[in-house]
Amino acid sequence: MTAVRLEQVYKSFGENEVLRGIDLQLADHEVVCLIGASGSGKSTLLRCVNLLERLDSGRIFLGDEEITRKGADVNAVRRRIGIVFQAFNLFPHMTVLRNVTLAPRDVLDLSRRVAEERALELLGRFGLADRRDEYPDRLSGGQQQRVAIVRALAMRPELMLLDEVTSALDPELVAEVLNVIRELAEGGMTMLIATHEMGFARDIASRVCFLDGGLIVEEGSAEEIFSRPTEARTQQFLERIIEAGRL
Amino acid sequence: MASEGDRRADTEVASRRSRLLSGLRLEAEGAKGVAIALLSTVVFVAVVVVAVTQSAGWPEVRRTFFDWGDISSSFPDIAKAFVLNVKIFLVCEVFILVLALLIAVLRSLPGPVFFPLRALATIYSDLARGVPTILVIALLGFGAPALQLTGVPRSRVFWAGVGLILVYSGYVAEVYRAGIESVHPSQEAAARSLGLSRFQALRRVILPQAIRRVIPPLLNDFIGLQKDTALVGTLGVIEAFNQSQIDSNATFTYGAYLAAAALFVAITIPLARLTDWLIARDRRRRQAGALA
Repeated sequence: MTAVRLEQVYKSFGENEVLRGIDLQLADHEVVCLIGASGSGKSTLLRCVNLLERLDSGRIFLGDEEITRKGADVNAVRRRIGIVFQAFNLFPHMTVLRNVTLAPRDVLDLSRRVAEERALELLGRFGLADRRDEYPDRLSGGQQQRVAIVRALAMRPELMLLDEVTSALDPELVAEVLNVIRELAEGGMTMLIATHEMGFARDIASRVCFLDGGLIVEEGSAEEIFSRPTEARTQQFLERIIEAGRL
Repeated sequence: MASEGDRRADTEVASRRSRLLSGLRLEAEGAKGVAIALLSTVVFVAVVVVAVTQSAGWPEVRRTFFDWGDISSSFPDIAKAFVLNVKIFLVCEVFILVLALLIAVLRSLPGPVFFPLRALATIYSDLARGVPTILVIALLGFGAPALQLTGVPRSRVFWAGVGLILVYSGYVAEVYRAGIESVHPSQEAAARSLGLSRFQALRRVILPQAIRRVIPPLLNDFIGLQKDTALVGTLGVIEAFNQSQIDSNATFTYGAYLAAAALFVAITIPLARLTDWLIARDRRRRQAGALA
């Protein structure tokens, strides 16, 4: 089954054309990594899927439903898609537990008891149970990002969008977040991941897409993209990455 | 993870220690500083006292303003009248906080659809802040009862209160708006991405953060409101200021004004200190956050 499908997605901000005709399809349980330089449109692509940005043209389907059609219930769509941001974006005035239970209680109308049970089970699974009553600014970056992932998971999404979730972390905290994502992948979660962690992408991705100038320039298995890239732009990008010691 | 927690605890202890040390150093240097400050204050006060008491008009001023008998005899009446000021500012403040929040939210609605509401809220804010408070109170206090509308109170105090609410809501709405705009857009994005509606995001995520940040300036406007309740006296209502005028007219002295001023100050100064304390605490917190 198709989990999500993008057809000819265009998006520009003023003069700046960020996406110039993206076609992309994810099957259920597939993990697709988007790689490419900063400004290649990875984040914008994810934000479009979550309807945080309005498309200039093109269509996006979630399952069989076109979510970009006129009159689609934006809130209902977002309930089904979890997104995790580079800067965590936790709610600083709420405890960890409240961060995680807010949407299940207010959006899904779960009772406090059920929402907290669900939250505590997830927090426990990712080693955060003892942090339930802390405020975000008392946590390390890695812990904050894991809470942000749990917050998204608490809505039981069909699809997770991860937007460079380790880019704001100190190097020694990256692994704990990547391990969480790896566990999600093993659990069968469908994920679209924008990342600069090439080793991780190679490890986890069922497919890798290289974006450049708002287009998917090359697409294939991790092995194909990283070991035998055919496009010149992909090769150049990977050479720069290797030079920087990131692959 | 444990080591991470330890590291955090370490930096915290270190920063607390450095704060403490810098405080001590200040104090060590400050012994001389305190002496200088004390001396300069004494000299300053002495100069002012001499200048005032040597002035030609001082005996007359002392008789008309600083007669302890006048001040203390007028005090009970004025204190009784002051109760009305307290009632006015307490009741008005509640309505101001609600109305201003509504205006601020309307002003921060995005998109072209809400343009008329935004424009209306903007015009309101401009008018409320543009017209002198004393004029608004006079217009409403004398004008509204004169209309003799059925079902609408004719009390001048009521309409003066409405005037204060309208004027202060304009100011307070701006304070709220500054708070709302200070919350980073990524917070709204995070809330909306979880499926919260625009209203839910506002109520649960944006406003709680915005309001927390603007409590000091809100208190500041509250202090202003307390003083401006004296303007209600211009309608002939007996509140503290008007009562002090009556007393002063009876004795041809001005001690009653001092009694009224003392009452206002007795309420506004503690609030001003509370505001300062909250601002200082907020700054400390933010600095602590930046260190962590």
